[in-house]
Amino acid sequence: MKSSESLKNSDAVEYEGGTYDVIVVGAGHAGSEAALAAARMGNKTLLITISLEMIAFMPCNPSVGGPAKGIVVREIDALGGEMGHNIDKTYIQMRMLNTGKGPAVRALRAQADKHAYHRQMKLTMEREPNLTLRQATVDQLIVEDGVCKGVITNTGARYHSKTVVLTVGTAARGKIIIGELQYQSGPNNAKSAVKLSENLEQLGFDLERFKTGTPPRVNGNTINFDETEEQPGDVQPHHFSFDTPDSKYIAVSDQLACWLTYTNPTTHGIIRANLNRAPMFSGVIKGVGPRYCPSIEDKIVRFADKSRHQVFLEPEGRDTDEYYLDGVSTSMPEEVQQKIVHSIKGLEKASLMRPGYAIEYDVVAPYQLHPTLETKIIKNLYTAGQTNGSSGYEEAAGQGIIAGINAGLRAQSKKPFVLSRSDAYIGVMIDDLVTKGTKEPYRLLTSRAEYRLILRHDNADFRLMEKGHAIGLVSDARVAKMEAKKKQVADEISRLKAIKFKPSDDQVNDFIESHGDNRLKDAVSAADFIKRPYVDYQTLLRFIPAPAEKLDRHVIEQVEIQLKYAGYIKKEEQKVERMKRMEAKRIPDDIDYEDIDGLATEGRQKLEKIRPETLARASRISGVNPADLAILSVYIRQGKFSKKDHEK
Amino acid sequence: MANSENDTIAAISTPVGEGGISIIRISGDDAIPVAQKIYKGKNLAKVPTHTINYGHIIDPDTKEEVDEVMVSVMRAPKTYTCEDVVEINCHGGLLATNRILQLVLSYGARMAEPGEFTKRAFLNGRIDLSQSEAVMDLIRAKTDKSMKVALNQLDGDLSRLIRHLRKDILNVLAQVEVNIDYPEYDAVEEMTTKMLKEKAVDIQQRIQALLKTAKQGKVLREGLATAIIGRPNVGKSSLLNSLLHEDKAIVTNVAGTTRDVIEEYVNVNGVPLKLIDTAGIRHTEDTVEKIGVERSKKALDAADLVLLLIDSSAPLTAEDRELLTATKDKKRIVILNKTDLPQKVDLAELKRLIGGAPLVETSIVKHEGMDQLGQKISHMFFNEGIESGQNTVMVTNARHIGLLHQANDALNDVLKGINDGMPVDLVQIDMTRCWDLLGEITGDSYQDELLDQLFSQFCLGK
Repeated sequence: MKSSESLKNSDAVEYEGGTYDVIVVGAGHAGSEAALAAARMGNKTLLITISLEMIAFMPCNPSVGGPAKGIVVREIDALGGEMGHNIDKTYIQMRMLNTGKGPAVRALRAQADKHAYHRQMKLTMEREPNLTLRQATVDQLIVEDGVCKGVITNTGARYHSKTVVLTVGTAARGKIIIGELQYQSGPNNAKSAVKLSENLEQLGFDLERFKTGTPPRVNGNTINFDETEEQPGDVQPHHFSFDTPDSKYIAVSDQLACWLTYTNPTTHGIIRANLNRAPMFSGVIKGVGPRYCPSIEDKIVRFADKSRHQVFLEPEGRDTDEYYLDGVSTSMPEEVQQKIVHSIKGLEKASLMRPGYAIEYDVVAPYQLHPTLETKIIKNLYTAGQTNGSSGYEEAAGQGIIAGINAGLRAQSKKPFVLSRSDAYIGVMIDDLVTKGTKEPYRLLTSRAEYRLILRHDNADFRLMEKGHAIGLVSDARVAKMEAKKKQVADEISRLKAIKFKPSDDQVNDFIESHGDNRLKDAVSAADFIKRPYVDYQTLLRFIPAPAEKLDRHVIEQVEIQLKYAGYIKKEEQKVERMKRMEAKRIPDDIDYEDIDGLATEGRQKLEKIRPETLARASRISGVNPADLAILSVYIRQGKFSKKDHEK
Repeated sequence: MANSENDTIAAISTPVGEGGISIIRISGDDAIPVAQKIYKGKNLAKVPTHTINYGHIIDPDTKEEVDEVMVSVMRAPKTYTCEDVVEINCHGGLLATNRILQLVLSYGARMAEPGEFTKRAFLNGRIDLSQSEAVMDLIRAKTDKSMKVALNQLDGDLSRLIRHLRKDILNVLAQVEVNIDYPEYDAVEEMTTKMLKEKAVDIQQRIQALLKTAKQGKVLREGLATAIIGRPNVGKSSLLNSLLHEDKAIVTNVAGTTRDVIEEYVNVNGVPLKLIDTAGIRHTEDTVEKIGVERSKKALDAADLVLLLIDSSAPLTAEDRELLTATKDKKRIVILNKTDLPQKVDLAELKRLIGGAPLVETSIVKHEGMDQLGQKISHMFFNEGIESGQNTVMVTNARHIGLLHQANDALNDVLKGINDGMPVDLVQIDMTRCWDLLGEITGDSYQDELLDQLFSQFCLGK
C-alpha cells in the first residue's frame, strides 16, 4: 500500500513562465516546421514538447518522400522550411521513383537515419536565435473571450503569447494497443497528453478518434539477407533541397540498401488462426484507420486470395542494426507477432526488438479550421499535422509550415497566407482537409491533385520561392539564384524557337528516318522538333550549336519539360484560370444560410458546417449541388449582407 | 464538377415547335469563337457588334451543311448577359435546332443550367434586385424539375451502358494511379501506353456505337421512323403530300438509299419524322398493287410510329383488320380518312379494334383534320413517349449527345497523346476527362470514386 501511495500524482504550483509572440505545442514534423517558420519570421517563439528526445522523431517508417509526399518536401524547401535540408544531411539512401513515367509524377524518396534526423533537427532549432525549446506537457490553453492567449503546462508554467499552434500528434489522449494489452501512451512509449484533449472538448471542439499503427522492429544481425532481394539507392545524384549541390551526394556504394522479402501462406495461416486476438477485429480498436496503410491482418482479411505480400526491410540508421519491417504493420499480441515474423523468408531467426502496435488518438475534425489552419472556434489558435487528421511526416510538415507562417503573420498583424490547389500539393491537402474533411487519416496521393502536371517536384522553386521570400523565409540570394535559373530556361526556350530545321537538311532527315518517321516536309523549329518522342535536348545538340552559356542539368530538364509537354501544360493552366475566377468570389463571413430560401437541406447543412470562404470552395463540398451554388451566388450578389450589417 | 461561372453556355432560347424560327443562344467569353467554328459566312470575329449575318451552319466533321441561318453577334457589355452573345436563328424544327445545339456543345460551349442566362445577367449587374428574386424562383423551380426530367429521360439502357463504360475507364485510371502512387507494389501490372491504347480504342468504339444507337439521340438526329400504312387508295399518298407540303422547314431525300426505300423528312409540330418507304407509298397507290399490304407490313418493322389510314367511306375490310392486328403492339395513330364522304365504316367496331390508340378524323383532300393530327403526334412524342415539358426534353437529349461527342474527342486526344509518345500519366489526363464527361450524363460525379476503387481493388500500403 505504502509503495503505491508514494507513486500518487500531485500537481505543480503555477507560475508566470514568460511572454512570447508564438507558442508551438509539440515538436514532431509539424511542430518543428511551425516553430522554425515563426521564429525565422522574427517572432519570439517557444516550442514546448513532452520530450526533447521526440523532436522530429520518426515513430513509423524511417523514410521521407515518395509519390506526392516527395513533392511536398520540395515545396516546404521552396517556402523556406527545414525538412529538405534536414533529410539531405541525414539520408542513408536516395531513390527517384517513377523515372519511367512523366515529369509530373516523378518522386524522390530517401531512407533516413532516424536518430541523426532527430538530432540534426534538434540542433538546428537549438541554434535558432528566436526559438526557445522547453520540455513540458501542455495541459490547458489560456483562452479569453474566444481568443487564445497562451498555454499552461504540467510544470505549472503560464506562458503568454499572441498566437498558439497545436501539433500534438498521436500524443492526444494516445492509447497503444498490442493484442489484449492496452495502455495510455504517446508514440513509441512517449507520454500521452490527456488534459489538453479534455480542455479542447470543454472549449467546444468536435474531436474524432483515429487509429494508426506500426510494424515490429528486428535486429539486423539476426536477418538472413541472402534470402532477400537487395534494393539499392540511385547512382544519379538527387537531393530534396534546391540548395544542396550534387557534389554532396553520397556515392551509392556508401548508401545503405533496403531488402525485399515476402509473407507466405504460413504467415497468413498464423494470422487467420489468431484473428480472435486481433484488436482490429475483436472490436477493441474503435478508431478509424487509414486504408492506404493497412495492417497485415487487415490485408489478409480483405485480400484473402493474395498468396503473398511484400515486406521491405529498412535500416533505421547508421549507428544501429535495428530494422523496420515495412509491410507488416500489426497490433496482434506480441507472441503472435513473433510467429508472424519468423514465418517470413530471411526472418526465420530474427530477434524481435520492439513489437508493432496500433495507436488511437484524438483529432480535431478539420472542418473546424480556416484554410489558414486557424480554428474557427478559438481565434489565434492554429492546428497542424495528425491533430488535423492527416498521416505522414511530409503531410504534417507541410501543414506545420503553413500554421507556423500564419501564426507568425497574425502575431505581426499581417495578412494571412493561403496556398491554393493550383499553387502546391500543400494547398490541395489543406483544402481537402478543411473543405471535405476526412474519415480516415489523410494521406496525399498524386490523384488528389487535379493540376498535377503543374505541381511537379522539379518546379517547386518556381512555384513557391517568391512567396517564401515575401514572407521572409527565403533569402534574397536564394530568390536571385532561382530567378537566374528561370531566365536561363526562358532564354534557351526562345533560342530553340528561333532555330529552324529545314527539309533540305539531310543529316536531320536521315536521323528522322532512322526512327521510322517521315522526312521533313516543312521547316520546323528546334522547340517543336524536341516534342518528338525520340528526341531529347542532348539529341538536339547533335544538330544545333550549344548555348553560349553551359546549362546545368536542372535547367535542361526544365527546357525539356516545358517544351515537350507544352500542350498538356497549357490545357491545365486554362483549367487553373477558370478555377481562379471562382476562387475570387468570396462568401461573406457572417452569411446566414438559414436566411437563404431554396437551398436544399443537405446543401444548407454542409454549408453551415464548413462555412466556405469562396464559391469555389463551396463547389467542392460534397452534397452542395449546382443549384445551391447558383442560389448562393445570386444571394450574395443581392447584397443582403451589407443591409444586415447596417441594421446591426 | 461544378459548373464554372464564366465559361461559355448555350441553349435553345425559343419554345420548340412553335413558330418558324428557332434561336440558339450562346453566351460567354468563347461565344464568338465557338459559333465561328461551325459557321460558314463572314468572319464573325470581325463583324461589327449588334449585327445580323447571313450564312450557313456546317458540321466541321462531315462538312455537311446543316441549315441556312442568320447569326446575331453582340459583344459585351451591351448584351442581355453583359457577356459576348451570339444568337443563331435557324429555320426551326427539332431536327435542325438540335443539331445546331449539339454542334455548339461539341465545339466548346456547355449546356446552360435552367435560368442561367438570367442569372448571369443579374450577376453581371444587368438587372436589378427585384428582378433577381424572380431569378432565384426560376432556378428553384426549374432545377428540381429538370433534374428529375434529366434522370427520368435517361434511357435505362443508355444509362447502364454509360455506367459500364465509366467502370471500365475507372479500372484503367485506378491501375495508372496505383502505378504512380505505389511504384513498388508488385501485384499490379504496369499500365503501358500500348495497353492504354487498346482500352481507349475499345471505349471509343463503344461510345461511337452509343452515339449511333442511343434512342433519344437517334430520334433527334434522324427523326422518328414513321410508317404510313393502309390499304390501297385509302389516302396514303395524299397524306404524304399533305405532310410534305405543310412542312416548310426540311424536306430531304437521303442519298445512298436504294431506289425502293426512299426516306423523307418532315417536321410536324416540332417533331422530326422520318417517313419510311415513301416511294413504296407512291408506287402502290399508283398501280393499285396487290402487294401493297405486304409492303406496308415490311415498313412496320422499322417504324417507331405508325400512321394507319382507314377509309371512313367504306366498311372495314379484311386487309384493314389485318393491318390493325399487325400494328397492335406499335405506337400508332389511326386516321379515319375521307370524312367528307358519307360514313360507312362501323365506328364502334373500329374503336373496339384500336383499343386506346388515338383516332383522328380527317379529310385530307379537303385539308381537314391535319392540325389535330399534328397535335396528336407532338402530344405522343412529348407527353407520352418520353416525358412532359417541352424545352427540357430536347435540351437534355442534346446535352447527352454533346457530352458523348466531347467524351469521344477526349479519347481522340488520348490516342493522339499515345501516338506522340507521351507518358501514361499525361495521356491519362484526357482519359480522366472522358470519364468526367460521361459522369455528367449519368449524374455520377462522386469525387472520391477513384480512391475508393483504388483501395478496394488493390491491396496497397506498407
